[in-house]
Amino acid sequence: MIRLSVNGVARTADPTGAESLLTVLREQLGLPGAKNACEQGECGSCTVIMDGELVCSCLVLAADADGTEVRTVEGVASADAIDAVQEALLDAGGVQCGFCTPGIVVAARHLFATKPDPTEDEIREALAGNICRCTGYGSIVRALAALAAETP
Amino acid sequence: METLLPRDLDEALAAIAADPEATVLAGGTDLMVQVNLQGLRPARVIAIRRIPELREWVGRFIGAAVTHRRLEIGPIKALAEAARTVGSPQIRSAGTIGGNLGTSSPAGDTLPFLAAADAEIVLRSRTGERVLPWDQFITGPKRNARRPDELIVGVRLPEHLPARQAFAKVGVRNAMVIAITSCCVIRDEDGTTRVALGSVGPTPIRARQAEEMISAETRPSEAARAEFARLVAAEVRPITDHRSTAEYRRHASGVIARRLLERVLP
Ligand SMILES: Cc1cc2nc3c(=O)[nH]c(=O)nc-3n(C[C@H](O)[C@H](O)[C@H](O)COP(=O)(O)OP(=O)(O)OC[C@H]3O[C@@H](n4cnc5c(N)ncnc54)[C@H](O)[C@@H]3O)c2cc1C
Ligand code: FES
Ligand code: FES
Repeated sequence: MIRLSVNGVARTADPTGAESLLTVLREQLGLPGAKNACEQGECGSCTVIMDGELVCSCLVLAADADGTEVRTVEGVASADAIDAVQEALLDAGGVQCGFCTPGIVVAARHLFATKPDPTEDEIREALAGNICRCTGYGSIVRALAALAAETP
Repeated sequence: METLLPRDLDEALAAIAADPEATVLAGGTDLMVQVNLQGLRPARVIAIRRIPELREWVGRFIGAAVTHRRLEIGPIKALAEAARTVGSPQIRSAGTIGGNLGTSSPAGDTLPFLAAADAEIVLRSRTGERVLPWDQFITGPKRNARRPDELIVGVRLPEHLPARQAFAKVGVRNAMVIAITSCCVIRDEDGTTRVALGSVGPTPIRARQAEEMISAETRPSEAARAEFARLVAAEVRPITDHRSTAEYRRHASGVIARRLLERVLP
């Protein structure tokens, strides 16, 4: 039995074997926002923030997430409005099939939290662990650069 | 499967003494890939990433659980450069220097720095501490001298570490890439130069002949720099695999070593 905080809510889960935090989020905690695509840390579609660090939840042993604070894409938007990062991605056409989007949103949120006014190079470096098979990245980078430009 | 979350080093050492078959887990960026894709099913896991003593970084001692992210923003120039090339932000915030050593892959990106710096690896068990020079710790591709009842506690760097140091790696893109060759050059004020390369042999390789030749040159001429590159290329022991050919690795090793030399010259 593990106890953890997910998007500010105290949760418990019961990983029995070597399953990952990703599996527990999706299959035990009813949070399918983080996606499962490669399970080897390459694609970033499973990206979450754990104790303030950006991680691939597929590479976190669920049992070792005991006592941590996790934030997933479900915790990014508020109850009545989507988040500015999500808005910017929609405006710039940064979402096509959408499979990479949860990971991109979480990575971008983490970037803006640590660096409110990133340059284009910094945006690209921050997204180096998030693969998108559809957009060619241009529209995603433009979306985030536009958001950076708005930050006073 | 049972997972132990020891709160301090003593608890962790007691756990591994009680069950030397147990699997040590740090950031999981190597181990969880084996679990997810290669069917690894450990019976017992000892998770060590949160142990305070292993997260310590005091002066010349870097704890095993220090992440690549912390190395990347840390004060040791070539080690920071090396850490910044590891995987992606996600991999760097989980993966640790102790895990890089635990895996002992020929392509481990912190290893050329540790080799060039003449680092020592600190191991501890319930019965005592062992401090091994890097080349006695890493014994082969993915092989090292850790005993099953030991933990890697950290890395100890020499008191005197020259400030002129640089690291670079060659790969097909800027992020998320395993090195085709990687190199670290450290040069002292008196000219003494140390050169280590990764991914071009079963373990990191020190290019001793190249070191000796270039250490004697106070202001290396064009010819001396070219000779340095030639000696480095002659000393590496690359193989051909799915990432590159031995010939390209050899060529690129000479080129990159020379470029790094030029970065550390006054
Ligand atoms: C997508 C991806 C990209 C990657 N890119 C790179 C790269 O560019 N360069 C690179 O060098 N590596 C890369 N790696 C490999 C990996 O991230 C590194 O080797 C990392 O340093 C491993 O650290 P960890 O803490 O995650 O190790 P873990 O996976 O937790 O452990 C690795 C091994 O070391 C052992 N171990 C760990 N800590 C200790 C300890 N204190 N005492 C005893 N044994 C211990 C474990 O038992 C295990 O055998 C990549 C991995 C992924 C998934
Ligand atoms: S599913 Fe975790 S990185 Fe791809
Ligand atoms: S929008 Fe399809 S993978 Fe990015």
